[in-house]
Amino acid sequence: MSGLTARVLDLDPAGTTERIVAELRTIVSKTLRRRGAVIGISGGIDSSVTCALCARAFGPERVLGVLAPESDSGVETMRLSLAAVDAFEVPHVVETITPILEAVRCYERRDEAVRELVPAFTSGWKLKVVLPDVVGNDQYRVLSLVVESPEGRQERHRLTAEQSLAIVAATNFKQRTRKMIEYYHADRLNYAVAGTPNRLEYDQGFFVKNGDGAADVKPIAHLYKSQVYLLAEYLGVPEEIRLRPPTTDTYSLPQSQEEFFFSLPYETLDLCLFAHNHGLPAEVVADAVQLSIVDVERVFRDIEQKRRTTRTLHLSSRLVEPVEEIDLSGD
Amino acid sequence: MEAEVRRFLATNFFLGDDAGSLSGTASLVEAGIIDSTGILEVIGWLEDAYGIHVADSELLPENLESIDNIVRFVERKRAA
Repeated sequence: MSGLTARVLDLDPAGTTERIVAELRTIVSKTLRRRGAVIGISGGIDSSVTCALCARAFGPERVLGVLAPESDSGVETMRLSLAAVDAFEVPHVVETITPILEAVRCYERRDEAVRELVPAFTSGWKLKVVLPDVVGNDQYRVLSLVVESPEGRQERHRLTAEQSLAIVAATNFKQRTRKMIEYYHADRLNYAVAGTPNRLEYDQGFFVKNGDGAADVKPIAHLYKSQVYLLAEYLGVPEEIRLRPPTTDTYSLPQSQEEFFFSLPYETLDLCLFAHNHGLPAEVVADAVQLSIVDVERVFRDIEQKRRTTRTLHLSSRLVEPVEEIDLSGD
Repeated sequence: MEAEVRRFLATNFFLGDDAGSLSGTASLVEAGIIDSTGILEVIGWLEDAYGIHVADSELLPENLESIDNIVRFVERKRAA
């Protein structure tokens, strides 16, 4: 195969929407026996598209958007989240989770780990964690801490294993708290929780187990990110959301999804993942993504490495012995 | 030193008896024995146990991918 282009990810947005909406209705009403959907709204493209699809499937009055900002959320988050629910006339609740996070000492635990490296780190400072580039570089992809003082001076430090785990573990309170709130509303309304991962996130394990990885149904998990954007345009997701660069919106310093996890722009990674999934060699992909063959091979290795590392995030609880009376094979 | 590396891997990465039979050239990452956090653990242990400093630019497969590579890397660092 030669001449690979982004066109391989083209889809028929009307047909795709129709299929997802039909499946959503079947899964939610027949398998889950629920009468609507709760969605965590972040102001990003994935939750906006999921919101639009659920509104089409169940009617907007049977969808609830949960906006759950906290003190590290970006300044645009609330406005864009409201734009998303308003665009599809979906009711919403705002659940500010900062008090819960303070009560479980999310910020305090995280900052204790940060202060092992930067003793001066206090409330006026900001932080994020970042990975090295995958392009042009065989370096292992271990997390570093970036802090910024109130005067705007930035420092970068490599984390130890313990510090890295401590910071990520504390930060994961955010995704898990949001999911707890979503399930509260789902239980109250007899709705299902719709998760928002796209294919890149689902395949590469870019989610928190029992946090944003938890859901009753994941309507766009089979779609490459580029396809989510195509669907967003068709569904009428507001342009300002479609133009927002993908962000983790998790740390106090602005942090792109590239620097925290993916290392490449989504358009590039989509094509590399597509090619890898279809057994296309690196030389076929290199021109299309404007990387060297060596770099595409690095990306392929990184895709496999992430799958290995995050495989357990997909596993449900393992049993020591089967409980044969509980048969889920028909679901 | 190879025995110490094998003992560290066996103790910290649930290798048990397999640590002894692991090929010195096998990729620890591709075999699923260590991941990116595991790399950080190995680095931390090497720095403590052998009094070396591992720079970011040295976090490469040629230095840390296998037991043989780790042993050669530490010997090189200590001789420098």
